[in-house]
Amino acid sequence: MSNQPVLNRNADIIQLENAQKVYQMGRQQVKALAGVTISFKRGSFWAIMGPSGSGKSTMMNILGCLDHLTAGRYILEGQDVSTVDDDSLSELRLRHLGFIFQSFNLIPQLTVQRNIELPLYYLGWDAARSAGRAMELALQVGLEDRLKHRPTELSGGQMQRVAIARALANDPQILFADEPTGNLDTATGEQILELLTALNSQGRTIIMVTHEPNIAAYAKQRLHMLDGLIDKIDGDGGEAE
Amino acid sequence: MKQNRFVRNILMGVENLLLHKLRSFLTMLGVVFGVGSVVAMLSVGEGASKEALEQIRKLGSNNIIISSIKSVEEESMSTTPAHMSVYGLTYQDHIRTAETFNTIRQTVPVKLMRKEGRLGTRALELRVVGTTSAWFDLVKRPVIAGRVLLSSDEKKQASVVILTEFGARKLLATQNTIGQFLRMGGDYFEIIGIVKSESGQAGNIQIPDQQVDAYIPINVARTYFGDVVTRITAGSREREMVELHQIIVQVDTQENVEPTAKGIEEMLKRFHKKKDYIVSVPLALLKQAEETKRIFNVVLGSIAGISLLVGGIGIMNIMLASVTERTREIGIRRAIGAKRKQIIIQFLIETVVLSTIGGLIGIGLGVLMPVLITYFAGMPTVITPGSIVLPLAISLGVGIVFGLYPAIRAAKVDPIVALRHE
Repeated sequence: MSNQPVLNRNADIIQLENAQKVYQMGRQQVKALAGVTISFKRGSFWAIMGPSGSGKSTMMNILGCLDHLTAGRYILEGQDVSTVDDDSLSELRLRHLGFIFQSFNLIPQLTVQRNIELPLYYLGWDAARSAGRAMELALQVGLEDRLKHRPTELSGGQMQRVAIARALANDPQILFADEPTGNLDTATGEQILELLTALNSQGRTIIMVTHEPNIAAYAKQRLHMLDGLIDKIDGDGGEAE
Repeated sequence: MKQNRFVRNILMGVENLLLHKLRSFLTMLGVVFGVGSVVAMLSVGEGASKEALEQIRKLGSNNIIISSIKSVEEESMSTTPAHMSVYGLTYQDHIRTAETFNTIRQTVPVKLMRKEGRLGTRALELRVVGTTSAWFDLVKRPVIAGRVLLSSDEKKQASVVILTEFGARKLLATQNTIGQFLRMGGDYFEIIGIVKSESGQAGNIQIPDQQVDAYIPINVARTYFGDVVTRITAGSREREMVELHQIIVQVDTQENVEPTAKGIEEMLKRFHKKKDYIVSVPLALLKQAEETKRIFNVVLGSIAGISLLVGGIGIMNIMLASVTERTREIGIRRAIGAKRKQIIIQFLIETVVLSTIGGLIGIGLGVLMPVLITYFAGMPTVITPGSIVLPLAISLGVGIVFGLYPAIRAAKVDPIVALRHE
């Protein structure tokens, strides 16, 4: 996309510095992130792992610009986004990020095409241009004959591919996948993971949250979280303290 | 581009509403009936007041009408046998009025009598109006045949009469009327003209033109019939002397009407011991009638407005339910990058589209209802552009007002929570 800043290809796409996230649960304070410092390189494929309550979902929400940090810094594409307002976070998600969810999160009343076109609608593209882009993406995920269908008429794997097509519509640099195979059978899940691997090999940064080691194995690096902190990192390219 | 976005927003709203056709329709009904009743109520109110206003306008908004009335004292005296009531306006009053005020353009003296008119074998009880040529200036009526009174008729003391269309028909049927002689109270009058008749009543002032009027020069009326009227009823004989029954005054401008009326009142007070006259100002009546109409409209409008309010609350209720139901959708849109503002606009447009379509249907209903009311109940109804534009604007407003809260609620949805929402 033309309006994206030109950056040094080797720079870290994501940097977290002493990232903290505290939730108020009644009278108790829960530290979902207890001070995480890590940086992700452009074009990397990360799996964030950990048991439930380890902070991996919070990590994903923070990295996905869906939530603010309580303390610390988050630098996305060289821009400090720790304290930007809600509208700016929306803008960042719209222009730079793509999301894939465990439960697909397609809008049931919209056709496949409309679902794929959704980010383009908010980007202000006109109908003809959006339709062209939707077709192009549908071809890429092999659903070109399903554009006029509703999500409910599709299988789980097809729905996830629609979700991937939608996540790619704005040509994001970073793709977030939250348990992308959680609702799929093994064979279909593998297809989705292969699709993600292919997207990574095209140069897109992928951050995947999962608790299954065999799924995480598709990633090039694995970040293990425990109690809001980094437990360990395996694979290569990550720098953590 | 902006325009395109706006149109697409509306299309998206319509699309969403069409997904739940029955629900959208039922939601709309409140506004449909609300707007429908506003339009219908306004048209009924407008229709009811229009007639009254028209009657008053016929009297002329620049005119002052001074009428003779029997004073309270005279009223009690008249039961005494062999008493003659003398009251009312005099010829002198007329001359004084005409000469005193420079704001007066012209004055018309009116002398009224009941006489039987005979033409051949046909007879009709007529209201004989003794007046001057100026009458036909003040009370303009189309001339059907012949001519109206001229000042030369007065000078010549010509025994001429002008009939109304209604009277002429009753008396003469299909015969050619002009030039025939009408017998009234033992004297013969040449029929020189026929004017169109109109009748009616406006408040307490009688329209100075009735269906059975016969107009003759005032001096002729005075010499032929005199000023004394004797009425013989069973067991009693009433005699009255009234010189003039009415004086119609035309004032030069509308602003001068009320001061002049006050002046006339003051002047007459000096010459009349008893209050045996009444000064009425059609303009004041007109203002009063307009005020009444305004109040009428406000009352009717607010009753209808309540149904609109109920309709609006209905919409808000459904939209709030819709927001809850679509929490996940809102979360998805937010995660993809929709700003809060865009979510507000999305939901607001849905409400506004809903209420506006409801408003349009309501206007259709509201235009139809008065037609049926007029047809079945015979009540006059008038649909003004205002009574359509106003409810439409209100329905748009209802959409915005009652849509805003649900829309803001929608925008406040936390995307993280919404995405987990089942």
